[in-house]
Amino acid sequence: MSEQALSPARKAYLQRRKQENIRVHILRVTLLVGFLALWELAGRRGWIDVFIVSSPARVIRTLANLWQTGDLLHHLGVSCYETVIGFTLGTLSGILIAVGLWWSRTASRVLEPYLVVLNALPKTALGPIFIVWIGAGTESIIAMTIAISVFVTILNMYAGFCGVDAEKLRFMQTLGATRGQTLRKLVLPANTDTLFNTIRVNVGLSWVGVIMGEFLVSKAGLGYLIVYGSQVFNMDLVMASVLLLACAAILMYQLVQSAERLWRRLT
Amino acid sequence: MHIEIDHVSMTYQTPEGEVEALRDVCFSVPDQSFVSIVGPSGCGKSTLLSILAGLEHPNNGEVRLDGQPIRGPTEKIGFMPQRDQLFEWRSIWRNVLLGPEVRGDNTEERRDMVRTLLSDYALYAFRDSAPSQLSGGMRQRCALIRTLALEPGVLLLDEPFSALDYQTRLAVSTDIARIIKQKGKTAILVTHDISEAISMSDRIVVLSHRPGTVRAVHDLTELQGISPMERRGTPAFQTLFNQIWEELDVNV
Ligand SMILES: Nc1ncnc2c1ncn2[C@@H]1O[C@H](COP(=O)(O)OP(=O)(O)O)[C@@H](O)[C@H]1O
Ligand SMILES: [Mg+2]
Repeated sequence: MSEQALSPARKAYLQRRKQENIRVHILRVTLLVGFLALWELAGRRGWIDVFIVSSPARVIRTLANLWQTGDLLHHLGVSCYETVIGFTLGTLSGILIAVGLWWSRTASRVLEPYLVVLNALPKTALGPIFIVWIGAGTESIIAMTIAISVFVTILNMYAGFCGVDAEKLRFMQTLGATRGQTLRKLVLPANTDTLFNTIRVNVGLSWVGVIMGEFLVSKAGLGYLIVYGSQVFNMDLVMASVLLLACAAILMYQLVQSAERLWRRLT
Repeated sequence: MHIEIDHVSMTYQTPEGEVEALRDVCFSVPDQSFVSIVGPSGCGKSTLLSILAGLEHPNNGEVRLDGQPIRGPTEKIGFMPQRDQLFEWRSIWRNVLLGPEVRGDNTEERRDMVRTLLSDYALYAFRDSAPSQLSGGMRQRCALIRTLALEPGVLLLDEPFSALDYQTRLAVSTDIARIIKQKGKTAILVTHDISEAISMSDRIVVLSHRPGTVRAVHDLTELQGISPMERRGTPAFQTLFNQIWEELDVNV
């Protein structure tokens, strides 16, 4: 529709929408800036103890130092690496196991109660076990990350596979489709949404796994910086690490969303 | 191709107990004829089609295609499911090629034949569209072409129009009946819509409440050669409608 064809009522509506959006954006930014300013001010005026709550300026100074020494990239890199590996392995193995369960009715019936229990178990409890079994290193952190995401992945994907329309399955059968063909041509493509939801959830879960793992193993990574900072009472370092963590997590989430959008455009 | 349904009985075993779906069902479907099966919901119509498609095996009796017992899914029998069941993630072109793909018969010849079907039935321009971009009637035609792609002699239609609104349904059933006749296919349509059955068929089989048994068989000889739309205006249509209505014994 061209500009001229818009009715006055439509124009007024669009104008109102636009104004509302602008107002929301301004308020959002104001809220953040106001919070940071108040935090900084409170620190300088001595209303709060900067040794305990740090302050924006101190966080920025800490980040600059970390950057100069090369520690920032090192710890950020270690955490991202662990997250990506743990996420990939957890998600892939979860999907593969879900396919196995869909394939074999016996397997799914036998394993169901175990999966439910393992899914309900707080996975952090497994951390010390992994450390004893595989050692206090990256491998344990990755194992932790996998443990945290794999069971949800299995259960969600399997539920998605079972939710495929019975009439579509019947149609594939009448074509004489094998189980493999039904999987590739119907069950998997019908679950693209489930897959991307699972992936989105898993990105978040993987970060939880990595940070928990680094708390326990403590050699490098953002989780290590947080624990170390709190132990030596360097709250600037703790706050800076949390900020870095938030940025990394958001970035990864955005990457997944772009990948999803790209995928949907291509298919 | 002609079909005989010979003393077919079917009981499902479920954890809750036995469900007798069909009892001693007998009727035949002559070559190139259009036979409708009407019956109340849950009387075993879909079960009967599953047996004809080779997906279920009757406890008793057998179904024969040109004299040969049906033992499993075959290319000679095409199936049109409830609602159209087009795959949303595939374009129209890839939807209609699903059968050939699954059967490992996705040859240039086959694709040419499917292309011709699409252009004959005004869908070629939409080959790259998603199913959601098509109207209800076009989707139905696309589902039919997907079934015709493997050139079956027999078509099984399980309430294919049940999700359409009344007007689309009238138009689509006329359209589909015409294509099936034109292609010289033998067809079995399951429906609970009496008017639809009378307007499209050469023969109507009325099934009773579960367990489904044959209540009556009507040969529509006096309506032969009349188009589905025109049939609806004839006196014979009314008479038959009332008769089948009685036979279905609908209680509310
Ligand atoms: N796979 C199955 N297992 C157990 N019972 C079934 C199965 N399929 C259908 N039934 C039962 O058989 C009866 C007939 O079902 P169906 O053939 O789908 O009826 P219709 O298509 O006429 O509505 C119903 O009572 C239904 O619950
Ligand atoms: Mg049915």
